[in-house]
Amino acid sequence: MSVAASPSILPGRGGFAGALSDSFWRKPKLLLFLMLTPPLLWLGIIYIGSLLALLLQSFFSIDEFSGMVNYEFTLATYAELLRPSNFDIILRTVTMAAAVTIASAAVAFPIAYYAARYAQGKWKALFYLGIMLPLWSSYLVKIYAWKLILAKEGILNWAFEKLHLTWLLDGILGLPVVGGNSLSVSYIGTFLVFVYIWLPYMILPTQAALERVPGNLIEASSDLGATPAQAFRTVILPLALPGIVAGSIFTFSLTLGDYIIPQIIGSSRLFIGQAVYTQQGTAGNIPLAAAFSVVPIVIMGLYLWLAKRQGAFDAL
Amino acid sequence: MRSDRSASFSLKLAAGLGLLFLHLPILLIFVYAFTTEEKSYQWPPPGLTTQWFAIAWNRPDVWAALGLSVKVASIATLIALALGTLCAAAVSQTRFFGREAISLLVVLPIALPGIITGIALRSAFSLLDIPFSVWTIVLGHATFCVVVVYNNAVARFRRTSGSLIEASMDLGADGFQTFRHVVLPNIGTALLAGGMLAFALSFDEVIVTTFTGGQQSTLPIWMLEELIRPRQRPVTNVVAMVVVLVTFLPILAAYYLTRDGDQIAGGGK
Repeated sequence: MSVAASPSILPGRGGFAGALSDSFWRKPKLLLFLMLTPPLLWLGIIYIGSLLALLLQSFFSIDEFSGMVNYEFTLATYAELLRPSNFDIILRTVTMAAAVTIASAAVAFPIAYYAARYAQGKWKALFYLGIMLPLWSSYLVKIYAWKLILAKEGILNWAFEKLHLTWLLDGILGLPVVGGNSLSVSYIGTFLVFVYIWLPYMILPTQAALERVPGNLIEASSDLGATPAQAFRTVILPLALPGIVAGSIFTFSLTLGDYIIPQIIGSSRLFIGQAVYTQQGTAGNIPLAAAFSVVPIVIMGLYLWLAKRQGAFDAL
Repeated sequence: MRSDRSASFSLKLAAGLGLLFLHLPILLIFVYAFTTEEKSYQWPPPGLTTQWFAIAWNRPDVWAALGLSVKVASIATLIALALGTLCAAAVSQTRFFGREAISLLVVLPIALPGIITGIALRSAFSLLDIPFSVWTIVLGHATFCVVVVYNNAVARFRRTSGSLIEASMDLGADGFQTFRHVVLPNIGTALLAGGMLAFALSFDEVIVTTFTGGQQSTLPIWMLEELIRPRQRPVTNVVAMVVVLVTFLPILAAYYLTRDGDQIAGGGK
């Protein structure tokens, strides 16, 4: 009589797949290596490689007469950025990015606050989708919608006319610098579209930060005699600030790098993105385009460093 | 703030107006698709008609652009699904040196302005003498689509208990069987959601495509040309409306797929 003894150590699996599976179990590092190689090759070679190649080109210069790229190390291209005409572009873009960031924070806060503290159940889902759908709907279609809105014969002019406020619109458009012939060719138009398109990016982190403010802190502050305004200023706002800073990273960075919005709605004065585009395209000056594209990277690097000190990354 | 759970009127008003500000422009697109006016953006529309739908339907250039967009988005999504899942599995299941750097590397293509990604790829293509083709567009799109798949998969891996995998191995399944019968069903909906978002992202992408596309036009490039030099406003209106509808569907689907993500087998452990 034989007892079918089952061995405590099973034999190795047969076949190639079995052997492979066994060796993955024995050597987890091998599996890890195989899992990481394709994504790292893709991102490392295609993406980081291209980025480095671009950065490298910013240290070359272009020969003014032949228009050929001169492959010698120089900082002359960066010096060109400081020319008044180029420096104006940088200044204009940064100012616009700052204005857009402040305005989106102001518009986003009530939405985020309501969604985080008051919306329940069905309303919560509604708010969530109400923020996600505009965020994900087509970027160009959204710009197109604003082209329709801001057009001279469009809905906004019509509304001002019906309300007998055309004088007000004309007054606003008559302002120096920000005004223009019509809303669609003024900085106001560009500004409105930027705020509209990037607003969801500000709402989401602000809401995430507000949701983490414990309700009993607010109750405690009112028990201790704070008026609602005081509680807001000294309790809610400081706790929400990292979220707002996190949102501002998006609005600021996205405005710095965009070149489609100011091209379609706005005056003919360039922003950094447009400068990069024209330098690499029609002008054929790749080194200057590369140097221009380093500007947002540097500004965002500084901004991220400051934001990190504010603790903004905990709210992402 | 008092402890009662009702908002003040001014807060409700501000939040409501904010949501209206987000949605009215998109709704306006729907009205313009039916306008009879074809030379300007006149409001209110002088009349309503459905004739532009038929005209847009019979436009070969719209179909060609749509076809290219779908093709590029499908291939880019597949590549992003493979790379994003691999990366997420490696990062969430094991600890190793340089883990944070990998997260950063994945996020970078979407954190840096699109124009930088675009011009970097373009100058790399011209340095290496690679001609523009469908594949150069796909290359760019897949690079920034990895991050959405990665984010969805990492979140799901974190909630999936590692003991499930060990249990399956203890019960005699090999690595491939475990992947097929245990891991895949658990992360399936997250991958589907990530894939849909990646598709939507690629389908809508214009900035990187202007640099990597050469002469071909995807639907967003077609749209951009119409925006800069409007030629057939009514057809553009119709296309814009269809694009809005088509992008809403995957977003809603992705929302419903990941909404109940907390109730996953082994999630409580």
